[in-house]
Amino acid sequence: MNVEELHEIAATAQEERAKFDYEINVCMGTGCLSQHSDKVKAAIEKEAAGCGKKCHVRRTGCMGLCAAGPLVLMEPAETRYGHVHAGDAKEIVASLGGEGVAQLDPRLDPHLGGYFDGQTHVVLENSGHIDPEKIDEYIARGGYEALVKALTDMNPASVIEQISKSGLRGRGGGGYPTGLKWDTVAKVKGAQKYVICNGDEGDPGAFMDRSVLESDPQRVIEGMAIAAYAVGASKGYIYVRAEYPLAVQRLTVALREARRRGFLGNGICETTFSFDIDIRLGAGAFVCGEETALIASIEGKRGTPRPRPPYPAVSGLWGDPTLINNVETFANVAPIIRHGGEWFSSMGTERSKGTKVFALTGKIQRTGLVEVPMGMTLRQIIFGIGGGVPDGRKFKAVQTGGPSGGCLPEEHLDLSISYDALISAGSMMGSGGMIVMDDTSCMVSVARFFMEFCMTESCGKCVPCRAGTVQMYELLTKITKGEATHRDLDRLTELCEVVGATSLCGLGQTAPNPVLSTLRYFKHEYLAHIEEKRCPAGVCEFSPAAVDAPRGEVHA
Amino acid sequence: MRKHGYSRNALIETLHTVQSSFGFLDEPSIRFVAKSLRVPLSQAYGVVTFYHFFSLKPPGKHTCTVCTGTACYIKGSDKLVAQTEKLLHIHPGMTTPDGEVSFTTARCVGACGRAPVALFDGELSGQMEAAELTQQLERWTMQ
Repeated sequence: MNVEELHEIAATAQEERAKFDYEINVCMGTGCLSQHSDKVKAAIEKEAAGCGKKCHVRRTGCMGLCAAGPLVLMEPAETRYGHVHAGDAKEIVASLGGEGVAQLDPRLDPHLGGYFDGQTHVVLENSGHIDPEKIDEYIARGGYEALVKALTDMNPASVIEQISKSGLRGRGGGGYPTGLKWDTVAKVKGAQKYVICNGDEGDPGAFMDRSVLESDPQRVIEGMAIAAYAVGASKGYIYVRAEYPLAVQRLTVALREARRRGFLGNGICETTFSFDIDIRLGAGAFVCGEETALIASIEGKRGTPRPRPPYPAVSGLWGDPTLINNVETFANVAPIIRHGGEWFSSMGTERSKGTKVFALTGKIQRTGLVEVPMGMTLRQIIFGIGGGVPDGRKFKAVQTGGPSGGCLPEEHLDLSISYDALISAGSMMGSGGMIVMDDTSCMVSVARFFMEFCMTESCGKCVPCRAGTVQMYELLTKITKGEATHRDLDRLTELCEVVGATSLCGLGQTAPNPVLSTLRYFKHEYLAHIEEKRCPAGVCEFSPAAVDAPRGEVHA
Repeated sequence: MRKHGYSRNALIETLHTVQSSFGFLDEPSIRFVAKSLRVPLSQAYGVVTFYHFFSLKPPGKHTCTVCTGTACYIKGSDKLVAQTEKLLHIHPGMTTPDGEVSFTTARCVGACGRAPVALFDGELSGQMEAAELTQQLERWTMQ
C-alpha cells in the first residue's frame, strides 16, 4: 500500500457514492438500535428500492443525540430527523429532492433544537457519516492517509514531535501529555514493546468510547498503528468491556478489514514496520481502567493495580515497555498527523488543546454525545447545546469525572472547561461523563451512591481503600437516615483525607472526591440532614426514631 | 483454548467462551479450564470471583437487568430496582425459586442517553418506567 493506491481506493469509494443522488444514513448505534432503528432502515430500504430515485441507504454509527432516536441523516441536504418510525419511511423517501417532511410531521424536527450548532467534530467527524464495518468508506473520508504519511514521509521522532506540538493530553481522565508518554516509551530500550488501547469505560454515565468504537473503529486502529510506529511496538491490544457487545463485534470486523487492506500485519505499506492488534475482553471491573490493573487483566490475572513506579512505559505488559492510551486519545492521533500539530493546538485553551467529547446525560432536555472545543463554558454546553433542565425544574449541579470527580453548583456554570480549571474547582475532567442534576436530587444521596460504587469496585488490595470506602459509605448512610451527628461529619471529612492520601491507585485516591466536592458546595444539605432531620430535595426517608430523638441528644 | 495456543494468559478469554456457551461457570468447568491451561485452581477461582461478569450460578430462563449507572440513578433506577425486588421477591444477583427469572443490576451499559435503562434477555429498553417494567416481568412470570 502506498499513497497512490490509497487514493485509488478513496476515488473508487467516492465514485461509488457519486452514483447516488441521495444518501439516507440511519443510526445503528446501541441507543438507536434499542429503539428499533434496524426496522426503520429496512422500511426505508424497501421504499427506496421502489421509488425510482438514485438513493443509497446506509447503516452508520452514533449520531450523538440518543434521546431523539432513532435518528436519520439525509445527505447531501444535511437534514436530520429524530424519533423516526418505520411508518415514516414512505414520507421520508418521497421528500427526497423536495422540501423535507418537517411540515408534515412535527415529530421530525429538522434542526433538533440547535443541538448540533456550536459543536466541533474532530473525533466524531465520521460518526454518522460512514458505515463502521466498511473500511473503504473510512478511506474515502481521508482515513489511513495519516498512517501512510507517517510511515513513508516521517520518522518516529518526527511523529512524536507532532503529537507533542499538538498539546494532546490523555483523554482517559488523567490528562498526562500524550507526546511525553510516547517519548518515554520510545526512549526505553527493549526488543518487544506493546501498545494498549484502554477501552474499559467503567465510569458509569460515560459512553463516548463505546460510541467511537461502534461508529468509527478504523480511526482507533489507525491511531494505534501510528503510535506503534512512533514508539517501536509490534503488538497491540484493545481492551474492551464485555458489556459492549456491539462495539466488540464492530471492532472484530474492523480489524479483519484492516488486515485485508494491509494496514495491519507484516510489512505495512511496503515498509519493514509490522504491527497487529488483538481484542481483550474485560469482565466487569471498574478498577481495570487503571493502567497497571488493566495490564494484569490482559495477562489473565485478577485486575489489581500495583504500585508505580515502575510505570508501564518502562515495565508494563509481561515486564516489557508498554504504551497505554485511551480510545479517544488514539482517535485524535490520525487528524493530528494529517493536519499537523499546530492545527490541533489552535483549538482549545492554553494548557488544554483540541476538543473533548462529553456524554451529556441526566436531567437535561437533549441527552447524547457532544464534542466541543476545550474552553467552552459549562453553561454553553448544558443550556446551549443540551437545552437546559426539563419540566421547569431548577438546575442544581453538574457532575463530571464519574466516581472520581465532583459535583459543581450553579455558581461554577461559567467555568470554562479544561483539565486544570475542573481540578481547581474540586472536580475533574475524567473520561467525559457530564451528568446534570435538578433540585429533585439529594446531594448526600448522590455522594452515597458514588461511595457505594467505589466500595463495591474496590479491588481489596490496599487497606485504606478497602476499609475506608466501607466506613465512609456507612457514615453517609447514617446521614441519609437522619441518624448522624456532627462528630460523624468530622469523621467523614477526616476519612476523606486519609483515604485520598494513602490509597495505592487512582480509585482510592479519588474515591473521596464526590464527598469532598458536595461538602464544599452543598454543606447546607448535609447540615439539614443532621440538624433538622430534613432532606431538602425530599429524597431521603428518615427512620422515625431519628426524627423523634431529642435535639440535644443528636448534637452530642 | 486452542485459538490462544493453550496460553496461561488466555484464562479470561477462555472463561468468557465457557460462560457464553453454558451460561455460567460451575466447578467442573473451572477445574477443567485451570487444568488445561496449567493455571493453579486458586488463581482461576480468584479470577472468576473477582470479575462481576462471571457467574457461578446458572441463570434463570429469562434475565432482567436494571442499569444502576449514574445517569440511570439520577433518573430513578433505584425505584426500578425496588419495583423488581417487590415483584419477584428476590434481590439483585438472584434467580426466582422456579428458575424462571434472574434479576441482576449492571454498572452501566453505556446507553445513558436513554436512561433509565433495563435489559430483558439482553435486549435493551430505554426510558423505562415502573409500569412498563411490571408489564414485562408479569409476561414472564404468568407463563
